[in-house]
Amino acid sequence: MEQTHPQRKWQDYFGFSTDHKVIGVQYLVTAFFFYLVGGALAEVMRVELATPDPDFVQPEFYNQLMTMHGSIMLFLWIIPAGAAFANYLIPLMIGAEDMAFPRLNAVAFWMIPPGGIFFLCSFFVGAPQAGWTSYPPLSLVSGLWGEEIWILSVLVLGTSSMLGGINFVTTILKMRIPEMDIHSMPLFCWSMLATSALIILGTPVLAAALILLSFDLIAGTAFFNPAGGGDPIVYQHMFWFYSHPAVYIMVLPFFGVISEILPVHARKPIFGYRAIAYSSLAISFLGLIVWAHHMFTSGTPGWLRMFFMATTMIIAVPTGIKVFSWCATLWGGKLNLNSALLFGIGFLSSFLIGGLSGVMVASAPFDIHVHDTYFVVAHFHYVLFGGAVFALFAAVYHWFPKMSGRMVNETLGRIHFILTFVGFNLTFLPMHPLGLQGMNRRIALYDPQFQAVNELVTIGSFILAVSTIPFLINMVWSVFKGEKAPRNPWNALTLEWQTSSPPIIENFEEEPVLWAGPYDYGIDSESIDGDEEVEDMLAEVGSSS
Amino acid sequence: MQSSALKESQVIVNGHQEIAHHGHPDHRMFGVILFLIADSMTFLGFFAAFLIYRAIMPVWPPEGTPELELLVPIINTVILVSSSFVMHKGQVALKKNDIKGLQLWFAITAVMGLAFLLGQGYEYFHAEMGLTTNLFSSCFFALTGFHGLHVTVGVSLILSVLWRSRTEAHYSSSSHFGVEAAEIYWHFVDVIWLILFILVYLL
Repeated sequence: MEQTHPQRKWQDYFGFSTDHKVIGVQYLVTAFFFYLVGGALAEVMRVELATPDPDFVQPEFYNQLMTMHGSIMLFLWIIPAGAAFANYLIPLMIGAEDMAFPRLNAVAFWMIPPGGIFFLCSFFVGAPQAGWTSYPPLSLVSGLWGEEIWILSVLVLGTSSMLGGINFVTTILKMRIPEMDIHSMPLFCWSMLATSALIILGTPVLAAALILLSFDLIAGTAFFNPAGGGDPIVYQHMFWFYSHPAVYIMVLPFFGVISEILPVHARKPIFGYRAIAYSSLAISFLGLIVWAHHMFTSGTPGWLRMFFMATTMIIAVPTGIKVFSWCATLWGGKLNLNSALLFGIGFLSSFLIGGLSGVMVASAPFDIHVHDTYFVVAHFHYVLFGGAVFALFAAVYHWFPKMSGRMVNETLGRIHFILTFVGFNLTFLPMHPLGLQGMNRRIALYDPQFQAVNELVTIGSFILAVSTIPFLINMVWSVFKGEKAPRNPWNALTLEWQTSSPPIIENFEEEPVLWAGPYDYGIDSESIDGDEEVEDMLAEVGSSS
Repeated sequence: MQSSALKESQVIVNGHQEIAHHGHPDHRMFGVILFLIADSMTFLGFFAAFLIYRAIMPVWPPEGTPELELLVPIINTVILVSSSFVMHKGQVALKKNDIKGLQLWFAITAVMGLAFLLGQGYEYFHAEMGLTTNLFSSCFFALTGFHGLHVTVGVSLILSVLWRSRTEAHYSSSSHFGVEAAEIYWHFVDVIWLILFILVYLL
């Protein structure tokens, strides 16, 4: 009796689907919408900053833009985009039918659109102005309703992220096909394991801080209000206990993405599988004990500064292990410089700069000098845009054929890469000297001596805005008119490429067979014990030796 | 012909269920434990804040804080701790397929949980301080209130287990995730209370 597969309907993408692939796409599209919103807010800021005077928007509105831009980009773009790939890829990569808790998965996603729209609605009552950090006492005096909406939205989005994290850990640990032990699973799964651990341990502490802040705002308590005997520093500790790990929550998934993409397009085994896997866990652990490096200027005592300075610098070790391993993976490879690998290499170079400036600001004496200047802005944009967003686009180009069943247009993809790379560096590289010379961040006006460089930065940000146009055209055109994608267009070895493009609803026709490690590219056939089938398959994916 | 085809599909359906049953071992308990780890981090955040205030404030509790009455909270502690044992007897009864036993012990647990909440309410009502009196009183109400919220959720879980146990064979000695989840949650709430009691009342 022939088995018939239920077909995917386009309506599924607009409803409460429990299919992880639909949810992954829902996450990605929703996140990208908020990327455009957050980007538009940034462009208004850059227009304002083209001149030293606050003449384009009111300073209060500038504060709102700055707060909303930061919060949207973190909570509604990068974190959900990481969850998008985790949702789409983890079950496929480990040969499972779906996530461990499909309904919980759908619930987690459907908290995001209402949370995001509610958050945007804060503009109607006066958006929050206290920055994405919402430090009291500033957050207690800069508009009650905007701030309260900020708190509630972040609580909703944080809960969504935590439910996702629980799902990812359970799926990765419990649902792999039997042959796949933990050391033969793709590195993306390792990085999501590390990410989810941070989400589960960190997010609830942020929730605790925000609940207390909410009491201060509405009930008139004084947990963080020095006027009533409270202490704002306690908020900073609680906030950064989540929000420093949040940096790794945002970047670790994309470390995983890069570990998948580089070997495929360089046709080489990954260099140092276990080193990359364990360094993700090391980053995750160390990430929990570095938070007070954000507070070197908050009256933190000297011994505490020493401790956090040391732990922060130690994080450079596992991160460096990854960067060296990626470089060694590319070294001597047969590079196929398509859009995915271009963005991957773009990630490598930009993230390296962000990582190195991170070591600089980890040093307390230097940090006190550049605290709250544009140097810090440059640093974290090199990590979060240069790191996370470049890798995110690499992932879109790499997995688009799998998700849509169509190939992307490579020409438009390369134009997108060049515009993004040039625009990104033109926007954020000049912020390093601006910060070193003392230009303060989060303020609508600045010293006229900085105007020339700021004009350059604004031009760079326009290029960055324009760069999304070829991307959007490419995505929309390719979804409908792109060349049909084969099962495995990149000749990749991870399991998601063993099923059709796009995958059937059940993911695999039959349980997939693990016939090679995830990165066994270019392995010579003698080492395979004469299993002809495996030899043929390896030859098919382009054994280079 | 038709009936044989029906039979065949029946077999396949059953076979499929069998596969599905083996292919999907129950991971729900693992998920619940991960959730409780996350939830305990929320409490850790509150406790850490409380301990930092205690450490950095020159006078703690701040001057003018009334002495906390200990009688009601001690009775409450006894009720909550013993309720964990009572609840466990319910699960043991279920393991022997004794649904009546499950219902009896869980009902007693729910009553004990409600008694705890009533005691808490009595304490709030008779406290000589309010939420905004000073930093200590704010911490007191936030911590006990957040815990009380968890007790309320726990009681609701127990009541929903009782409600579902009315359906014949809803829970059995081999299939009772809901019972186990409610129980582990209740133990968790119990342990949190012990830490909270030591921190807020005794220290």
